[in-house]
Amino acid sequence: MVGKHKLHSRRIPVLPLQGRVFRSQVNSGLPPARAIVWNSAKLYIGAMSISGTPGLVTRLANPTRFLSIVAVVLPWMVGITAVLFAVGLWMSFTAPEDYQQGITVRIMFIHVPAAWLAMMCYTVMALSALGTLVWRHPLADVSARAAAPIGAAFTFLALLTGSLWGKPMWGTWWVWDARLTSVFVLFLMYLGLIALNRAMDDPARSAKVSAIIILVGYVNIPIIKFSVDWWNTLHQPASVLRLDGPTIHASMLYPLLVMALAFTLLFFTLHVMAMRNEIWRRRVASLRRQAARAAV
Amino acid sequence: MTHFSYVAIAYGVTGLTVLALIGWVLLDQRARRAELAELDESGIRRRSDTKSRADEH
Repeated sequence: MVGKHKLHSRRIPVLPLQGRVFRSQVNSGLPPARAIVWNSAKLYIGAMSISGTPGLVTRLANPTRFLSIVAVVLPWMVGITAVLFAVGLWMSFTAPEDYQQGITVRIMFIHVPAAWLAMMCYTVMALSALGTLVWRHPLADVSARAAAPIGAAFTFLALLTGSLWGKPMWGTWWVWDARLTSVFVLFLMYLGLIALNRAMDDPARSAKVSAIIILVGYVNIPIIKFSVDWWNTLHQPASVLRLDGPTIHASMLYPLLVMALAFTLLFFTLHVMAMRNEIWRRRVASLRRQAARAAV
Repeated sequence: MTHFSYVAIAYGVTGLTVLALIGWVLLDQRARRAELAELDESGIRRRSDTKSRADEH
């Protein structure tokens, strides 16, 4: 039954759930038991739900289907993002001033979401890199490519707004402490990945290289997160995502959370739009190649 | 510089960066749409599009 679905890309293994011999088991050279476990894991996560109906990830493997879903979902995403920003900004400017930071606490309502998104965007890219290397999902590289400039922009904002908060509060624009340095390294990694993607014209060739670099670079994300615990930094330790709960007063926590939600939705909206552009870019390149072949 | 200036610059630069990001995505979208329309006008289409148009006729 599984093989009947036309939704699968040729590059995603379509494996019979009830079959005794898996196609890739024959070629992989793995012992049968290990091959079955490996293929089952691939089936579960990437290609097919147990019920035999295509999973969401598989359904989205078809770029045309992805584009039609985007056409329906995008206006809603834009609308909800705009509403969340309106509410978040209103809450940010009506929140009370901090007894120590004064009005500069309002910088936190944009600095913290930007910093979270800088890390989340890289996590999305790392998952996409896994999609490229493990499941060869046709949209995985599209997703990673589209996310890089957005991630770079949010990391830039995190660094800049942090610096603008640091000057009046710490008395300095910048220190080379572990948190600030590791976020700066993340910014350089985004720029490097953008440069790599632009340097290699053929996405099919650059996808694998880019995915490996993204996954190697992911080691920086836990370093950013735990740098304030592992080393003595000027940057304060976590105050929201803590095992014992947030240490921020509710009057400042709620604006922060609404702004974080607005930024997150903004990221996904822009990411989906950039992915759509990337699919069109590849279609144009493919059509031009097709026309050139026909002309010969 | 007053503390308000730091806040104003932070929000101003964030707004400009977000607008630049949105502008970049929209300009890229317009350019890709124009390229696809240009190819379509010159008769270069994806096989699936050609097939569906033929079915309509």
